[in-house]
Amino acid sequence: MDLVTVWFALVVLCWVLFFVLEGFDFGVGALAPLLGRDDHERSAAVRTIGPFWDGNEVWLVAAVGVTFAAFPDWYAALMSGLFLPFVLVLLLLAGRGVALEFRGKHAGAAWRRRCDAWLAATSLGVVALFGALLTVLARGLALGADGEVTSAGGLGAGFARTLAPLASWEALAGAVVAVSAALLLGATFIGLRTTGPLRVRARRTAVVVAGVGAGALTVVALVTALVGSGPAVLETGAAAVLAVVALLVARRREAAAFAGTAVVVAAGVIAALTAQIADGVVLASTLDPAWSLTLASASATDSALRLISWAGVLVLPGVVAYQAFSYWVLRQRVASERVAT
Amino acid sequence: MALDVLDITRLQFAVVTIYHYLFVPLSITLAAVTAGLHTAWHRTGRERYRRLTLLVGKLLLVTFAVGVVTGLVQEFQFGLGWSDFARAYGDVFGPTLAIEGMLAFFLEATFLGLWYFGWDRLPRRLHLATIWVVAVGTLISAFVILAANAFMQNPVAYTWDAERGRARLDSFLGLMTNPVNLAAFPHTIAGAAMLGGALLLAVGAWRRWVHVPTASGLGEPGEPEDGDDHEQRLAFGTLARVGAWLTLSGGALTALTGDVLGKVMTQVQPMKMAAAEALYTTTAGAPFSIFAIGRPGGGEPFFSLDVPYLLSVLAVGDPTAIVQGIDDLQAQYAAQFGPGDYAPVVWMAYWSFRAMIGIGMAAAAIAAAYLWATRRGRQLPVGNRWVRRALRLLPVLPLLPAAAGTFGWVFTETARQPWLAFGLTRTEDGISPGLTAGEALAALAAFTVVYGVIAVVWTRLVLHITRQDLDTGALSGGERDDADGHGGDGHGGDEPAADGEGAPGGRRQGDLAPSY
Ligand code: HDD
Ligand code: HEM
Ligand code: HEM
Repeated sequence: MDLVTVWFALVVLCWVLFFVLEGFDFGVGALAPLLGRDDHERSAAVRTIGPFWDGNEVWLVAAVGVTFAAFPDWYAALMSGLFLPFVLVLLLLAGRGVALEFRGKHAGAAWRRRCDAWLAATSLGVVALFGALLTVLARGLALGADGEVTSAGGLGAGFARTLAPLASWEALAGAVVAVSAALLLGATFIGLRTTGPLRVRARRTAVVVAGVGAGALTVVALVTALVGSGPAVLETGAAAVLAVVALLVARRREAAAFAGTAVVVAAGVIAALTAQIADGVVLASTLDPAWSLTLASASATDSALRLISWAGVLVLPGVVAYQAFSYWVLRQRVASERVAT
Repeated sequence: MALDVLDITRLQFAVVTIYHYLFVPLSITLAAVTAGLHTAWHRTGRERYRRLTLLVGKLLLVTFAVGVVTGLVQEFQFGLGWSDFARAYGDVFGPTLAIEGMLAFFLEATFLGLWYFGWDRLPRRLHLATIWVVAVGTLISAFVILAANAFMQNPVAYTWDAERGRARLDSFLGLMTNPVNLAAFPHTIAGAAMLGGALLLAVGAWRRWVHVPTASGLGEPGEPEDGDDHEQRLAFGTLARVGAWLTLSGGALTALTGDVLGKVMTQVQPMKMAAAEALYTTTAGAPFSIFAIGRPGGGEPFFSLDVPYLLSVLAVGDPTAIVQGIDDLQAQYAAQFGPGDYAPVVWMAYWSFRAMIGIGMAAAAIAAAYLWATRRGRQLPVGNRWVRRALRLLPVLPLLPAAAGTFGWVFTETARQPWLAFGLTRTEDGISPGLTAGEALAALAAFTVVYGVIAVVWTRLVLHITRQDLDTGALSGGERDDADGHGGDGHGGDEPAADGEGAPGGRRQGDLAPSY
């Protein structure tokens, strides 16, 4: 395998880690006001991710960074071709980050309530947008010969340029799937990290989401098979895993359930990012296949790839080690029941 | 006026980047100060240092959060609005951003979480080490990203691949040790120390002299106070002096390093120095203009206050040296790069350079005055009307170094024009070819509004945090409290009784205790 292929795999890996790790942050953010009946319980829910969310978000920095480093043209086409959606993602992420970090630094309960509302709304928004964007990545963009998406011209076309790809049924489905997946990750994570009433409610939520998800995916798989566009391997597999996840949660095996959900999320992200890699295409052009970005045409020079390879080999094992260490140090469950003091 | 997508995108980049840079220097300084205070507590066991550590640490956390979410935007910016730039310089900027993330941001984010939540979970020494890791992490990230900026000022360590129309990175070490970076990094860090110092000075002096803790809550100096109130006032006095020292020494260092930076700049971008001085004709023994009232379109100014020979000294280090003027450089560049206008907007360069120096040095002077007035435990004469009025202006103080830094960047970036990467790529050639004016305007508006709201909320939160009593019992994130009970056990208990001061009264509870 050459360096370009290795780096494509690593780029995908960084995105997978981001979606799994931040996925449960988003899920917890969205669920905190729902599962927490009062200030105390909501705070406990948010505390499950308090020490970790920022470290998890850096996987987004890493994913974007290595995409830029290894495939500058891919990075350029993506960002510029999805300009408005990404601006929206960034604004939502900004709102979420400050809501999360600001909520506990003020004495007022009303302040925390407002922060929780922002946290939930922005978390849901980010996940939905990312889900929709993943379907766009799988399909490709209207790239021209220069690797850019250009507007058709005329008033309003400027906005249509980068928003149009999101106006599709697939994108909507992607958003729904992503939100469900994040909720499931969040619910199993809360179940894994708390004791008391929160844990019980998180478990119930997880069973429902996993059950409904498994059911819906089975229907999709059946329809796909009947309509004849081939066997829906991914959907069938995911439905099976989700059914198992629901069972595991019901038996209080939250760790295994969380791991199962993570596998489903990872598979979904990998499927989207490698949709056309069999042809060597990293980002397809929907206008002309000749304009698609390929492993060869989008990649950086050898010297840049070697540089980040060295950096990755030297630095990333350490990163993984100390992040694992931080989860281990702060592994104690957060109590959501009230203790008389 | 036609909406020019290039101008809007430049403005949008500038707004978003400058905003990031308002919070970043604060984080850099607050992280170092938190680490220093934590170490002081660790060494001496004095309660005062523990309480200040928690206060500054809390300010660090809320500031860091804004730095993180706005920094994330930066990571995307080069592709959003400047995709042709990203294609041409992907080899240089991609690895730089990727390595910055792997090397610095993971450290900062993970260890800050460990520090804040790890009070009762980590051995004490290890816990102390975590905050130092954060402090070092902020410096690494600043160094690496400034190297990227230095490349734009003075491209080094690359080979131009004419066939693919892009730069190929030759040496990462060469990129990092760009002479511009080696000069700009210490200068930037010194400026950061000024901003963080000024914030701490303002907070400390406000609570030491203006809004002091008394038995009935916050009040004016002179109202009855109990033992802990007194201790708190002294603690804030310590904070103020730490801040003042940072601002003053930062000021001295910015001047020293700025001088070095200016000399490097004269070498790599003589046009920038000429514009900073509005020096049109090449002059030997050039004077430094303190300020001037000019005629539109250049030429001799109406009025000008000059220091003879000083510019030659600043730019080259020799009073009789020749400093090149704008007109000559324009002719030289036109011959070298083809016809075009190679001069930046001169009034902007001239005034932003003076604003950076003047406003920054004013902050340093205020810090010096404060240190002098409170030397060896002296009391400020708060009875004096003028002193009271001056103290009322304290909240404005941190805005001075913030403005100086902003003007510094406006100078650095606008006086580089028309180049994006000096001598290689013009700004108009870097923009995303597909981008439309409508999109750019929407982004500019959206970022401005959201960032504005965040700035307001951040300010309110900082005011709220600094108005609270210094924490008496519980520790920060380690243990949570709730609305009715008072959570938190922790180090406070197993501390040596220190030097007999600051025994927590337990009268005020809750506010500064845990979060989440
Ligand atoms: C509190 C902030 C602050 C203060 C008081 C000063 N500076 Fe500064 N200056 C900066 C903050 C700053 C900065 C924001 O950090 C810049 C922007 C780009 C950079 O590398 O540093 C900068 C840039 C900058 C540059 C341009 C470098 C370039 O184009 O890359 C020069 C020549 C100086 N400074 C010189 C000085 C001198 C001679 C000062 C005082 C006597 C001074 N600065 C005070
Ligand atoms: C945090 C510090 C920085 C600040 C405050 C800053 C500020 C600015 C400003 C004010 C402009 C507008 C220039 C104009 O309108 O003429 C600008 C432009 C730009 N800067 Fe910086 N900059 C910073 C760091 C960087 C770094 C580190 C990079 C590269 C890695 C960079 C790349 C650019 C680019 C691509 C443009 C757009 C082109 C232009 O108008 O010059 N900046 N920046
Ligand atoms: C001189 C200019 C800059 C300096 C000194 C600087 C430094 C820092 C520092 C110290 C942080 C840590 C968080 C904080 O302290 O708030 C940070 C955050 C960040 N910066 Fe900047 N930065 C600069 C400009 C930029 C630019 C131009 C980019 C674009 C690539 C960028 C990307 C980021 C990112 C992605 C983060 C978030 C990291 C996290 O999630 O923890 N920064 N920056």
